[in-house]
Amino acid sequence: MTPANGISVEVENLVKRFGEFTAVDRISFQTRTGEVFGFLGPNGSGKSTTIRILCGLLHPTSGRATVAGYDVVESPELIRRNIGYMSQKFSLYADLTVFENLRFYAGMYGVHSTELRGRIDWALEMAGLRGRESSLTGTLSGGWKQRLALGCAVLHRPPIVFLDEPTSGVDPLSRRLFWELIQRMSADGVTIFVTTHYMDEAEYCNRLALMNGGKLIALGTPTELKLGSIQGALLLLECERVGDAIERVRHLDGVRDVAVFGNALHLVVSDEAVAPAIRTALEADGISVAGLHTIRPSLEDAFVALTTRRANDAPTELSV
Amino acid sequence: MDDKTVVVRDLVKDFPGVRAIDHLSFDVSPGEIFGIVGPDGAGKTTTMRILAGVLPPDSGTATVARCDVVADPEGVKNLISYMPQRFGLYEDLTVDENIRFYSDLFGVRRRDREARAAELLKACAMSEFRKRLAGKLSGGMKQKLGLVCALIHTPRVLLLDEPTNGVDPVSRREFWAMLYALVGQGVTVVNSTAYLDEAERCHRVALLHQGRLLFCDTPARLKSRLQGTVVSIVSSEPRRVRDELTTADGVSSAVLVGDAVHLFVDDAERRIPDLSARLRGGQIPFDEIVRATPSIEDLFVQAVRKDSTRVAA
Repeated sequence: MTPANGISVEVENLVKRFGEFTAVDRISFQTRTGEVFGFLGPNGSGKSTTIRILCGLLHPTSGRATVAGYDVVESPELIRRNIGYMSQKFSLYADLTVFENLRFYAGMYGVHSTELRGRIDWALEMAGLRGRESSLTGTLSGGWKQRLALGCAVLHRPPIVFLDEPTSGVDPLSRRLFWELIQRMSADGVTIFVTTHYMDEAEYCNRLALMNGGKLIALGTPTELKLGSIQGALLLLECERVGDAIERVRHLDGVRDVAVFGNALHLVVSDEAVAPAIRTALEADGISVAGLHTIRPSLEDAFVALTTRRANDAPTELSV
Repeated sequence: MDDKTVVVRDLVKDFPGVRAIDHLSFDVSPGEIFGIVGPDGAGKTTTMRILAGVLPPDSGTATVARCDVVADPEGVKNLISYMPQRFGLYEDLTVDENIRFYSDLFGVRRRDREARAAELLKACAMSEFRKRLAGKLSGGMKQKLGLVCALIHTPRVLLLDEPTNGVDPVSRREFWAMLYALVGQGVTVVNSTAYLDEAERCHRVALLHQGRLLFCDTPARLKSRLQGTVVSIVSSEPRRVRDELTTADGVSSAVLVGDAVHLFVDDAERRIPDLSARLRGGQIPFDEIVRATPSIEDLFVQAVRKDSTRVAA
């Protein structure tokens, strides 16, 4: 059912107001078929409202959105039949067996009876749960539950899958396995729409959109976001007495922001040329500097820089 | 040993059908931020509850601020503050009322309370929300209020069980800034998290898996334990990059990460020229090929894989 133009989700000037409050403020973006698209933003940024609109659960105040070629206002039922949804708190029934959960979701998503057995087999295979069909779901480890939840969400072959913090709390091995499954689905043309607060999940996305205060403030690949987020440069400072060092560097000329990472500091500076002055200032206070050099911002550095940038600063043009 | 704030030796705790903690030992030094890091089911919460004196271990010993938590679980409660995953904030009380409630609970004198509350609220940028109902705060602000309540009696040791779960990156940074300010004042922090990237913020971490200690060290030294190196290749066609290079000489595995591919190789400097030549030969576009810093997640995956091979063998 994916439209032929290669666009799986299209959002145009979307607005949602609740009374006086504008939760979503004229946002526009597109996702390409088969892309892993990350939708990020702090609490209250309008992220969840947008997802609810895209799933056909909430009407926009104005603007337009299509999902898998269907208009969210005109055809909410068709949309729900064409999407899969999986959340970290996905409601698998703990006291049903693996097989019973799959059959339940197949029924709910209207999987045709001629296809039922084949799709359940496929899901068991994908999740690595063959032989565990009659295990109680509540007894499975986190990684297995996660893959079963994914299996349930895609039994009806949706062209678009929404994932909400899908691998939160899962052990790293299972997490890698999960993202390999996602990459395979995306290679088969399924669009994956991920929302998360965790930047290590965001790293797995092909492109990222960042919401803040109801507005879309950045759109680009993870690398584009990292490179375009900091106006100036990011320095990594390794030194003794980190607490004293923060106070010493915070008010130096050209230092815009300081964040602590264990025994090191990340300094946002206007220009990397200020590094020698920072070193001199610290050493004058008897704080010896083990290392001071420019680093590439992490996604978290980018997220924080972009969302805390003052409203009157220039918007970040990262979209291609 | 006397100068350690937390001393854990050979702790074991069984629950029906599962060993939650399996002979766990570690120390925490004064003024450290110590991370207990691992996925769900690793034993983080069980460890925290034992340290807080609310759950007795089956065997082993644990002392916190020189108080034996097994022999004297009540004694430890004056020395610590424990913030469980679901901290009991009263949603229909205001920020101020919650603080007053916890002050009374911990027996903080009224005079001290005002000054301490003002200082803590200022530190977490919440001074203007004192009259707001706790139920109306955002997730990040609730966590910060929980921390304020937990700190109102100036504990020597702060035990935080997954404090940043579900908190967005901006609030998470503010929360960490508060923790660093606290250790500056001499408080020792033991903090658990399922997010391996948060381990980077701790002075030292214990990496747990299925109740057992995999490693205990500083983040930098942990990462240097990874065998081999990581090469990151940014490309508009990461899948083609992965398929081309998975079988290249010296490459042990390849992971697709967004617009990049991470290759685990025996020696990055030596392999990068060959790897780039191979991509050029296959006419596969790439923007960048560099040696990357491995993550603690990389180390965890390597350790657990090795562990399971050993068990299988």
